[in-house]
Amino acid sequence: MVKKTLIPIGPYHPLQEEPELFKLYCEGEIVKDIKWETGYNHRGIEQLSEKKTYDQSFFLVERICGICSTSHPFAFANAVEEICNIEITNRAKYIRTIIAELERVHSHLLWVGLAGHFLGYNTVFMWAWKYREPVLDLFEMISGNRNSYAMFKVGGVRRDIENNKIPQILDVLSLVKKKTDMLVGAVMDDPVIHARTKGVGILTKQDIIDFAAVGPTARASGVAIDVRKDDPYAAYPLVNWKVITAQAGDVFAKAEVRLLEMYESISIIEQCLEGLKKEKEGEINVKVKDIPEGWGTGHAEAPRGEVFHYVLSDGSNSPARHKIRAPSYTNIATFKKSCIGQTISDATISLAAVDPCYCCTERMAVAYDSKTGNKIMNGNELIALSAQKTQNIKNQI
Amino acid sequence: MNTDEILKNIKDAFVSDVIDILKKSETRVIISIKPSSLLQIAEYVFKKLEFRFIIATANHTKKGFEILYHFSKDEIGLIANLHVVLPVEKPEIESLSNMFSATNWIEREMHELYGIVFKNHPEPKKLISEGNWAEGVYPYRREFK
Repeated sequence: MVKKTLIPIGPYHPLQEEPELFKLYCEGEIVKDIKWETGYNHRGIEQLSEKKTYDQSFFLVERICGICSTSHPFAFANAVEEICNIEITNRAKYIRTIIAELERVHSHLLWVGLAGHFLGYNTVFMWAWKYREPVLDLFEMISGNRNSYAMFKVGGVRRDIENNKIPQILDVLSLVKKKTDMLVGAVMDDPVIHARTKGVGILTKQDIIDFAAVGPTARASGVAIDVRKDDPYAAYPLVNWKVITAQAGDVFAKAEVRLLEMYESISIIEQCLEGLKKEKEGEINVKVKDIPEGWGTGHAEAPRGEVFHYVLSDGSNSPARHKIRAPSYTNIATFKKSCIGQTISDATISLAAVDPCYCCTERMAVAYDSKTGNKIMNGNELIALSAQKTQNIKNQI
Repeated sequence: MNTDEILKNIKDAFVSDVIDILKKSETRVIISIKPSSLLQIAEYVFKKLEFRFIIATANHTKKGFEILYHFSKDEIGLIANLHVVLPVEKPEIESLSNMFSATNWIEREMHELYGIVFKNHPEPKKLISEGNWAEGVYPYRREFK
């Protein structure tokens, strides 16, 4: 009988620094099965949202993901505005789109850097993160925050992008564009990256449909789905751009899609800035009185794929039910297809290729028993449980 | 195929199983169906009409446990929601995970949060609460007076 070895990655990912546990069951070098454990970081966001007003919920959903912090408020705004049946001003549409696309640029740069780091190509990591900084500086200039920008609200945006800030944004964009050229050259032509990523972690079109994967993960396998095109919202129907796809479905194709998407994002932002000049400054809000009874489904294309929010309103000032689906929730499940049959050294980059965001995927907390009111877990018990789990894993190895 | 044609196809194929169709707009519809026919209708929507599964939302209301299966037809931007109501005393429904893998996690999550039983689920183990959760406690259930 062939001996099977269990290789754990986690419970705390050494590189992505988020809590999750992958158990790779290997025969020799080859991964034969993979199991995923989660539940380390439940936060109770869906239920918390039902206790908050709509205005407060924006700040809450913004904190689901630290990197793509605008995608959740975007989808939530789409859902709530669908309930109210309101149309926001063009200036607000442009500003929303600019924020979302700037975010895509910095998120893709972050991923390219991390992917390089995973492969041991630290030059790409240093470059990508270096040129991500000016984008974050732009966010600081626009919103006052490098992340969690607090720009969205029902009926518009909280802050204007004044026309005198446009030249500075354009400067940063031209710098990022130049440096993207450099990164594309460094990644697409590098024989080592080709050797490490081509033919690795392949997802076929059928796998994508089966797991309902979204975003660059789907587009790299030839499934041209993009909410911005399919169900247009904000300023996306007002500008010209195209959906980037690749056919191979491997890690290289995913990198290619993300890198080329950055050019599209930069082009969208430039067109939106042009559009902004034509709109009157300060017209960023539509007054919303009450949220009527009803339901709304909003989705938005985050850097990692479709973010989906379902909001049920009972006419009060907080949602009666708020369901959130982050893109990683469907994308992470594809690991079962992409990793099995690969060597362990390829498994890490296959896992990273969907740009997983573990904290997005978790959103629930239970600290008290709902019936008795007793604490289910206290700090020491959690530590003891954690130690015990580690011991169990050690025993299995 | 536009929204009206899709709705007509579903209605014609499942005359006795579709309870009600609510068309809110060209891109948003809710189709209320009998729980017993979920598997057939979902198969028709997923395989024949080639919809993409987005996610499912469960909710505990006075009517019982309501589940909305959100499907998307990306070519026309349509989100179609299949709506079923399950009785509180016996919340059971057929699992869709044997047909496609996308429902695997969300069905397990709904089971842990609401105690809804998904029959014939291929991997009926816990998803988020493994090892640190009291048995029989369903945190998202509500109490009605």
